[in-house]
Amino acid sequence: MESLPTLWFVIIAFFFTGYLFLEGFDLGVGMLMRLFARNDTERRVLLNTVGPVWDGNEVWLITAGAMVFAAFPHWYASLFAGLYLPLVLVLLALIFRAVGFEYRGKVHSDRWRAGWDWAIALGSLVSAFGIGAMLALTTTGLPLNANGDRVGGPFAWLNGYAVLGGLAVVAFCLVHALAFLMLKTDGEVRHRARRALRRWLPIGLAPLALWAILVVMSHGKTGSWLLLAVAVAGAVAAWLLAGRGKEGPAFLGLGVFLVAGAGAIFSSVYPTVLPSTIDPAFNLTVANASSSDYTLGVMSVVALFGIPAVLAYQLYTYWVFRKRVSSVHIPAAHAVLPQ
Amino acid sequence: MEALEIARWQFGITTVYHFLMVPLTIGLGLVVASLQTMWFVTGREQYLRMTKFWGKLFLINFIMGVATGLVQEFQFGMAWSEYSRFVGDVFGAPLAMESLLAFFTESIFLGLWIFGWKRLPKPVHLLSIWAATLASLASAYFILAANSWMQHPVGVELVDGRAVMTDVWAVLTNNTLLVAFPHTLFGAFSVAGGFLLGIAWYHLYKRRRDGIDTVDAAGKVVVGSNPAIGRDRTDHKVWLQSLRIGAVVALISFAGVSLTGDLQAKLMFQQQPMKMAAAEAACHDGTGFSVLSIGDIGSRNCDDVKAVVELPGLLSFLANGDFHTDVKGVNTLIPEYQQKYGSVLPDDPAYGERAGQPVQYVPVMAVTYWGFRIMITFGMLAAAAAAVALWLVRKGTVPESKWLMRLAVFGILAPFGANSAGWIFTEMGRQPFVVAPNPDFSGIDNVFMFTAAAVSPGVSLGELVFSVSAFTLVYLTLLVVEVRLLAVYCRGGVPSAMPELLHRDREDSEDRDSDGGTGGKDDGDVLAFAY
Ligand code: HDD
Ligand code: HEM
Ligand code: HEM
Repeated sequence: MESLPTLWFVIIAFFFTGYLFLEGFDLGVGMLMRLFARNDTERRVLLNTVGPVWDGNEVWLITAGAMVFAAFPHWYASLFAGLYLPLVLVLLALIFRAVGFEYRGKVHSDRWRAGWDWAIALGSLVSAFGIGAMLALTTTGLPLNANGDRVGGPFAWLNGYAVLGGLAVVAFCLVHALAFLMLKTDGEVRHRARRALRRWLPIGLAPLALWAILVVMSHGKTGSWLLLAVAVAGAVAAWLLAGRGKEGPAFLGLGVFLVAGAGAIFSSVYPTVLPSTIDPAFNLTVANASSSDYTLGVMSVVALFGIPAVLAYQLYTYWVFRKRVSSVHIPAAHAVLPQ
Repeated sequence: MEALEIARWQFGITTVYHFLMVPLTIGLGLVVASLQTMWFVTGREQYLRMTKFWGKLFLINFIMGVATGLVQEFQFGMAWSEYSRFVGDVFGAPLAMESLLAFFTESIFLGLWIFGWKRLPKPVHLLSIWAATLASLASAYFILAANSWMQHPVGVELVDGRAVMTDVWAVLTNNTLLVAFPHTLFGAFSVAGGFLLGIAWYHLYKRRRDGIDTVDAAGKVVVGSNPAIGRDRTDHKVWLQSLRIGAVVALISFAGVSLTGDLQAKLMFQQQPMKMAAAEAACHDGTGFSVLSIGDIGSRNCDDVKAVVELPGLLSFLANGDFHTDVKGVNTLIPEYQQKYGSVLPDDPAYGERAGQPVQYVPVMAVTYWGFRIMITFGMLAAAAAAVALWLVRKGTVPESKWLMRLAVFGILAPFGANSAGWIFTEMGRQPFVVAPNPDFSGIDNVFMFTAAAVSPGVSLGELVFSVSAFTLVYLTLLVVEVRLLAVYCRGGVPSAMPELLHRDREDSEDRDSDGGTGGKDDGDVLAFAY
């Protein structure tokens, strides 16, 4: 039993799950900018629900990545180099999305805004899909040789699991964002979001559930099956609660689905962090991919102080911006005055 | 072209680009936080306007820093997987600390600041900009810890061919880091200083050109007011003070980079003697500092280079603090390096077809030589310009000269140039190593890595060509967008960042509304500073 590497596997799983939970809704809101909002005011309502928080949410991904580097350098190197092309697309998508959030409202022109709306929507779609594919592949494997390098060319990663994982995260983000909007907006947007949530929730969660089931079936432990059951219960509860207009609890139900579902997946694959589809002997595991115990010990101390602090001030932000946003809060757009 | 070259171009392009945003974020962040503190303490309208105006520009720039930083975080694994495996144990830790301790604080508190103008109590709102700013300094510290470790590895031992951390404290207090950190910060402040100076100059000039401000017989300013929104008397104070602050910041930071730069140079002569010899294009041992050398500095054969103007003794002073000790030249160093680290690349699969090729220990001298000089010259020019500017505005406004105004505005670029040149010099001067050997640390001088071994073996040339083209194209497009947006907001002046000025009455609002619209009066406008 490798205790420090295991601890770090759990911490990293926690960060990826936290990322999907938090950035899940702002990625979804980004896609809904084109799919759901009907006019400019509604788009600004959507934007302002995530405005103060999306950057903090994205840091969960950066931190997860940096933690993989610090705690499991071999995992970091093999996964990121193996998925070179999709990650380039993810990075470009994240760039456009981030810049779009910030620049969209800065010029008073319909074309400018429409351009950035598409950048935000497509950027969110592509990054959600790519990150989903990456997470799926780290649970199902890449063609890695003994040194951990991908063989078989730039597209060797492209398979059904990648597509399933991509779809799973995109669909989850959409549903999660509808639940978030129902919680964070008022008026017309809120009611439409609730109706749409009722309609789409079962379809939206299906691919993620399927991925979890496939992974648990192939290496699952009893605990993983249990978590899977909890996840399904969370999804059903979310659906029923949304129907009754219980918005907060419905959102929590979705959270339970995600956390338990991710828990089921990560607990099944443990102790493998990145399987090789060529030869199980080349699998990267918590034992052979990790940093030294000294480094992990240092990082554990850092995490001990850092994680509670991050959670505390992130909770504080959500509390400060707890008010619902609605069209009446949106001031008229103003042109930048030439002086 | 080979994968290695493309990967290096990609790293260079994306990082230099990231570092266009970074110094402005660091420098302007501190300026905005200080201005808001002034407003908090004095309640004066002009400080509120300055906070909002410079804050807006800060945000337009900040987001590009975030967007390009993402690429930095991932590309070590993507393009440099062998490097990541070799150093991960020690190099990943400062990166993870940076994320967990600095990036979260930075982004979350900045979100609070942007959207909190009317929702947070004033002291909390002020604290949030300080938290974000201090976090950006912390982020710089951690990332420079990682970079300094590549320049001068400490706190590690070699286990199974990999660098393994044995002492995190040594990594976080690396002497290379302790001088690089203040040097980089002062470099960032000089960017902010030039930025304030140039833009404020432009506005003072426009007030004169439009006849709002005039000068009396003694050359002293007569401040006027114009019914157009935001061009009142307070507006004059906004720009004059911004200009003065910018100039003073630029002067102080030049003193700062000079002092810390001197310390860095002394360390570098011990830690990477070849880098400094190449920075001097100094082939033979000597004491003189070359002010100008001619010949083919691009060639790596040193004897093609001739010093035309040389200051005797200065090089010894830079390296040792005296005027007579000889400093080793390139031709002396090459055999020393060959003897210590081998004259050919090791016969290791990591080098692929390059195994057995001779190692080129001399970095591209044109880059190190000119990089070093551009850094210093651009910094000096900016500082001299700042001193002149302070003197020219001593009577309260700028001369009504279009050319001086243009000079001030284009002068904004000089400190940016100095920063890029400094980094390009540091990083390319480290070649052929990606992790330079540590010559003065007994026992771990075997911890080093040639750049040729660092690149991802599994990633194909085609993938790299695609990504470097895509990043370059997107970055260029976004650069145009950012600069144009900055220009629009600069031209718009304070009202572009304070739409609430529109709703105030148009009379002179000097020092009137000291809480500047933070009251709850117009609650409908809560998102004015947001989207
Ligand atoms: C001396 C300072 C410095 C240097 C050398 C670098 N950065 Fe940087 N970075 C910053 C200083 C900074 C900053 C000032 O903290 C930024 C700029 C804008 C911002 O949001 O924070 C930032 C942003 C930033 C972000 C986005 C953070 C967010 O979302 O809030 C990432 C992921 C990185 N950086 C990563 C890197 C990596 C991996 C680098 C090394 C190659 C690097 N940076 C060089
Ligand atoms: C932000 C300021 C920085 C700039 C402008 C900069 C610039 C550069 C440039 C121009 C190169 C290409 C050198 C060459 O290939 O000849 C390079 C390479 C590299 N730098 Fe930096 N760098 C910066 C910061 C960093 C930091 C903070 C790190 C590590 C934490 C880092 C790590 C590397 C690595 C891994 C390479 C690739 C290997 C190589 O080509 O040497 N750099 N950098
Ligand atoms: C008299 C003036 C200066 C001296 C003696 C000096 C010296 C140095 C030296 C020796 C290095 C290389 C350190 C290394 O290889 O690790 C360096 C790097 C650098 N310089 Fe300067 N410098 C001066 C002015 C400036 C100015 C004016 C700026 C920017 C406004 C600047 C920005 C930088 C940056 C960004 C780096 C790379 C990061 C680092 O290693 O800290 N320097 N400088």
